[in-house]
Amino acid sequence: MNAIAQMTTTVLQVSGLRVELAGQVDVLSGVSFSLEAGEILGLVGESGSGKTTLATALLAHARRGAQIVGGQVHVAGQALLGLEGEALRRARGSLIGYVAQDPATALNPALRIGSLLDETLAVHQLRLDKAAQRQRIIETLRDVGLPDDPQFLRRFPHQLSGGQQQRVMLALAFVLQPRLIVLDEPTTALDVTTQAHILATLRRLCKSQGVAAVYVSHDLAVIKDLVDRVMVMYAGRIVETATRDALFSRPSHPYTRGLLAAIPDVAGRRELRAIGGHAPAPGQRPQGCGFGPRCERFRAGCSQQEPLLQPLSPGHEVACLAPHGQPLQRIALAPIAAVDARTDKALLEISGLNVAYDRQVLFDVSLQLLPGECLALVGESGSGKTSLARAVAGLGENAEGELRYAGQPLPLQARQREAGLRHQIQYIFQNPYRALNPRQTVYQTLSAPLEHFFAVKGSAARERVEAVLKRVSLPASVGELYPHSLSGGERQRVAIARALLCEPKLLICDEITSALDVSVQASILDLLRQLQRDGLTLLFVTHDLGVVRAIADRVLVLKVGRVVEQGAVDSVLDQPQAAYTQTLLEHSPSLG
Amino acid sequence: MSKTRISRWLAEPQTRKGALITLLVIAVALFGPLLAPHGSTDMVGPVYGAPTGWALLGYDFLGHDVLSRLLSGGLSVLWMSVAAASIALAVGSTLGLLAGLSRRRLDQLITWLADVSLAFPDLILVLLIVSMLGRAPWLIVLTVSIAFIPGVIRLARASAVAVAGQEFVEAAQMMGYSRRRILFKEILPNILTPLLVHFGNMLTWGVGMLSGLSFLGYGVAPPTADWGLMINENQAGLLVQPWAVLAPAVLIGVFAYGTNILAEGIGRSSARLGEKQP
Repeated sequence: MNAIAQMTTTVLQVSGLRVELAGQVDVLSGVSFSLEAGEILGLVGESGSGKTTLATALLAHARRGAQIVGGQVHVAGQALLGLEGEALRRARGSLIGYVAQDPATALNPALRIGSLLDETLAVHQLRLDKAAQRQRIIETLRDVGLPDDPQFLRRFPHQLSGGQQQRVMLALAFVLQPRLIVLDEPTTALDVTTQAHILATLRRLCKSQGVAAVYVSHDLAVIKDLVDRVMVMYAGRIVETATRDALFSRPSHPYTRGLLAAIPDVAGRRELRAIGGHAPAPGQRPQGCGFGPRCERFRAGCSQQEPLLQPLSPGHEVACLAPHGQPLQRIALAPIAAVDARTDKALLEISGLNVAYDRQVLFDVSLQLLPGECLALVGESGSGKTSLARAVAGLGENAEGELRYAGQPLPLQARQREAGLRHQIQYIFQNPYRALNPRQTVYQTLSAPLEHFFAVKGSAARERVEAVLKRVSLPASVGELYPHSLSGGERQRVAIARALLCEPKLLICDEITSALDVSVQASILDLLRQLQRDGLTLLFVTHDLGVVRAIADRVLVLKVGRVVEQGAVDSVLDQPQAAYTQTLLEHSPSLG
Repeated sequence: MSKTRISRWLAEPQTRKGALITLLVIAVALFGPLLAPHGSTDMVGPVYGAPTGWALLGYDFLGHDVLSRLLSGGLSVLWMSVAAASIALAVGSTLGLLAGLSRRRLDQLITWLADVSLAFPDLILVLLIVSMLGRAPWLIVLTVSIAFIPGVIRLARASAVAVAGQEFVEAAQMMGYSRRRILFKEILPNILTPLLVHFGNMLTWGVGMLSGLSFLGYGVAPPTADWGLMINENQAGLLVQPWAVLAPAVLIGVFAYGTNILAEGIGRSSARLGEKQP
């Protein structure tokens, strides 16, 4: 009796799933798990861990070049991998919904919201009459927290905000009333407040409608309040699976602990520890445990055979020969610059800065940056934080106002600044994939500023480049490589190295870790703290309050182009005065 | 241009095939005059005489040996099309890069000029200039390249705009690198591939246009041997001695095909390179 009841509530049953690239190189292997109705599973791992491959394999899809070669996926009792053509198309959508990462590109820009929903219902032939279809759409829109009036249905995706677009994606998935919904990092492009609202909506919908969900994320903090169970993936294997409480209170696999130790927490400043080394590329898995070469607890047995998932306690399985038993230790950390003790003259003074494109993005912003401190500029998208940083760097167009650098007036355009001044202010860009010229080797990229600013060439330049590569923890051999053979974190290090070669006094970092994995982020933040200790002044732009707590001495909160609050990090984050700061803090994901 | 890029291109079978065909036609044009059994202007046989013995392709309208004229007549059309395409590439990409980076009045001026001349049919433009100023080879090359330049400008500008928005160009601007350095060292290498593909296409069009000009009587002056001219000269005898027309036409076609798939192959292998980049 009990068994039958359990049978009917199991929505997803995956066993022995294996996905291979050409040449029998596995990207996913031996994945088995099941999900009950209404259960939300968090699927966590860094880039390249196979989490997106697993998510799409649940829809019987593999990206080009990959192939699902073994295993079973049963959704609501139906075997999915055997389906083909029309039957498979019918199952996708009505049995399993999918919500993609970037709603801006996932929604067809030529179709109105109403048509998108109508079309989705029409292709799945639910045999609803017009009134029932309309009713279904209106209910779904209400469920996901969108307006249901005809004006809204006539809008195009580009007329909606990012959060609304993602809600439309949710509506498109839920309107078919699927049994399972797969979400691939649906909130990474969104602000924290919007993210928190979307996550709350998602949890409410799954619980009330009994829909099971697989939520893919690279950030454990984000999913902490959403999921019931967490599955951690590494190099195409499940390394740990546990209920939420068990995982966050007693993480057992060294990799899970490494991930948790790398996440900056808004609740308190603590040491961030990056996981050393790289995740293995497909086909380059080491013998035995895939995490072995990066593991602190590596022992002889680890390289002999691959550890299988073993139950540790009920509902907690881990694939490790020497799992940890203790909760994670958090190490507190002191800020570098003691803000109050400073009486130095400001390194950079901004007064009355206005920036306007087709609309005004910065209103009369004034701030001071003291030598040796790290000032964080915080705000949501559209707050003008990047415009402010670009104006300081001399990249801003349409900026007005006064900048003073070390007491001297600083022109607003980089071109008008003296070379002697220009090299002292350096800017590091958000996207490491576009910050380096793809047609130049790392050495060419790095030696150019040396020749330009200091007329250093030849072997002297080579020496300096090698020294700076060492400073950013990259091997000298990187110099001969082109950017496409580097990972995101390595590219960002090269970009930092390029800035360091200019011998800067002020380093502007524009969301430089937002495109990176948490562990890589931890190592970059560590590098920046190192640089700050060497006397560099940092202007750090970010939307992540956890990062602010980890790195900044002072923080300045921007809201739609105006400064709403500023002060020492701990006092602002612990006793926020402005209502906006309070909202931001409330919605920031935290491990605490 | 690095070694790795060329070896990457040659990995594409289509590129190898295109390169082989193009090189064969170029070899015929280069070494042909040395191999020709007769001089290109020697009248050695009957008018429109059929192929016999050593005259594999027969004789043309004045009794020249077609094979000899064919072997001697490739050089002019090839060097002229290569020269025209090269000039167009150099001038057009410089202007296009300038337009793409400045994005202001200079951009508007260059784009406007390119648009106006694009609205003019290529061949008419060339015919107009050649009929007014004469038919010296360098003038023909220049006019053909002028006809090609607007297309190159449009392509270079569009590609440069896409690259100029990327952060590494902003980084260069912030460092205060000279405009020339940014144009030719930062942006140009990143738009070289579409430009080279376009260069291949221009070679094809150039051969076609030059042959067309010769055919219309505005190209290379007789009695010089030239593939395009040969088609024009011998059209009257097409039914009696088709080889005199077909042979140069086939070579022009083969060269066009070769350069075209060479360009296509290069385009393909770099598109594949793009796929790998996130």
